[in-house]
Amino acid sequence: MSVKKIHKDQPETFEFSDKSLEAANKIVSNYPDGKQQSAVMALLYIAQKQNENWIPLQAMKYIAKFLDMPYIKVYEVATFYSMYNLSPVGKYFFQVCTTTPCMLRGAYDLVKVCKNKISEKENVLSKDGNISWMEVECLGACVNAPMMQVNEDYYEDLNDKKLEEIIETIYQNKIPKPGSYSGRINAEPVNNRKTLLGNKNA
Amino acid sequence: MLKDEDRIFQNLYNDSGADIESAKLRNDWNGTKEILEKGREWIINEVKSSELRGRGGAGFPTGLKWSFAPKEVGSRPHYLVINADESEPGTCKDRDILRFEPHKLIEGCLIASYAVNAHKCYIYIRGEYFNEGQKLQAAIDEAYKNNLIGKNALNSGWDLDIYIHYGAGAYICGEETALLESLEGKKGQPRLKPPFPALIGLYGCPTIINNVETVAAVPTILRRGAKWFSSLGRPKNTGTKIYCISGNVNNPCNVEEEMGVPLKELIETHAGGVVGGWDNLKAVIPGGSSMPMLPKEICDNMKMDFDACVENKTGLGTAGIVVINNDQDIIKCMARIARFYKHESCGQCTPCREGSGWMWRMLERMAAGEATADEVDMLFDVTKQIEGHTICAFGEGSSWPVQGLIRHFKDEILERNKFDPIVKKQKNIPYLVDQHLLEKDNA
Repeated sequence: MSVKKIHKDQPETFEFSDKSLEAANKIVSNYPDGKQQSAVMALLYIAQKQNENWIPLQAMKYIAKFLDMPYIKVYEVATFYSMYNLSPVGKYFFQVCTTTPCMLRGAYDLVKVCKNKISEKENVLSKDGNISWMEVECLGACVNAPMMQVNEDYYEDLNDKKLEEIIETIYQNKIPKPGSYSGRINAEPVNNRKTLLGNKNA
Repeated sequence: MLKDEDRIFQNLYNDSGADIESAKLRNDWNGTKEILEKGREWIINEVKSSELRGRGGAGFPTGLKWSFAPKEVGSRPHYLVINADESEPGTCKDRDILRFEPHKLIEGCLIASYAVNAHKCYIYIRGEYFNEGQKLQAAIDEAYKNNLIGKNALNSGWDLDIYIHYGAGAYICGEETALLESLEGKKGQPRLKPPFPALIGLYGCPTIINNVETVAAVPTILRRGAKWFSSLGRPKNTGTKIYCISGNVNNPCNVEEEMGVPLKELIETHAGGVVGGWDNLKAVIPGGSSMPMLPKEICDNMKMDFDACVENKTGLGTAGIVVINNDQDIIKCMARIARFYKHESCGQCTPCREGSGWMWRMLERMAAGEATADEVDMLFDVTKQIEGHTICAFGEGSSWPVQGLIRHFKDEILERNKFDPIVKKQKNIPYLVDQHLLEKDNA
């Protein structure tokens, strides 16, 4: 379940940085005049990225003003969608998919590793304060199961050993290579490909 | 097996790169202008006679959907919206199109938006697919640079702008009206239909919503002709489809095959067989988690297309095939799917909001063997009360898989939960039960 509890230590103010402001203005221009409210989801995401992976209430107020819409509407959106964190999470935010297709291939082994190596409970920071993890619903890479997402990158075809290595690498503040950990870069059947062979050899 | 040259998505495994030069080598953007010059009528009729059905789950005929858009643009502009909010457990086909075949999608957007009179196209990508979205954006930038889209695209006189809109992790936004709400910057709660989006959709304007795979298939269909496409598969279930085979198979994969391919062939040939052999198969979910599962007896001779699935009381859905073998606890698998639906219910309609939680909790107890025998029928009753009583199809999507489990594996549930209610046995412990329940036979 996502981090929907409002954090008790809220910052006093929030403002977009220049970089965020530029990105925000570009997104607002994608929508017809007067329909700037459409940009609220993207802006919340920008705010979340700027503010170390979580959204404070002040940011919602700021975005409401920015888009000329009621604060409560921004609040509604921020609490409805699961990708917005309303409390701090780790700098490296692990989301382990445990929906049935991943579960069949051992997603709960990954959860066990997370419990051992990161923290006993979901959404609790690791000892060094950089990592937190949570179980999420289907991330849409089912043929590469079991898999997880760290910030924006997918790590696919994992098992408990490989996940332990990934966590160790991240503890050293290095970002391991995203993608599949079984040697494929896509969703082909490993060692059993029977289609489009002409392209493969081309 | 389908011949390689009949596969639409030649770069499904990214053998040659997703950039525009490689895409052109694969025949993308070849003769697109000539296709547009043949006119709206021709495009829509050709798509109609190809009998292409939407690949997003419902299987609605695409040509027919396009013909619902008003013929003339009135005071309100038209929009084309592409649904790339792929969240159905077991499905990951659109992801590969977004990252490996983006130009097919963009070309399809141009043709589709011309056919439905739209100058603006929004592609709604689920937020988790951030990297895939970046790859698509790079392809869109390339297309702008080469004047394939934008002002006077391909010198055809048609203007088209394509924008990406990221979702933020809500399964329900794959429902078309919830997607529109989300695109308007609101909570993703489905709208009542009618009015249908073709007349009143995004910002109250006529809007056509198509799945990624549907639109990406259109350019190839128009280039090679409707006849070619409808020669594959069987009538009303024509063409090719990307199947995602996941779960307990030796080589889980995405593969494009002809419609109506036998399920056994998909699993045995392409996915390397069930772990432990075909006889170790327990059940298959044929079309993403919303579709009822099938036991091995049916899987033996099952063909994979829309109508054949309906004949077997399930659905092709998104063709996300989840294979479950005998090593798994089938009730536990279903309980996990029920938890997914409980988490993703938008909360608008009471039967779904409350019922999805009930189903999950009952299934969890059944998996642990803590339910009573009567509760199996009660669970079935709950699913029947959700189904058809909600605004969108989420009600069906969450209750059908539970019905599938009860239909095919009721004996197994009863085997594990065979005891009678505690009230029957221990009538003389008054504090255990509400006394009034004791007066009835079935407390």
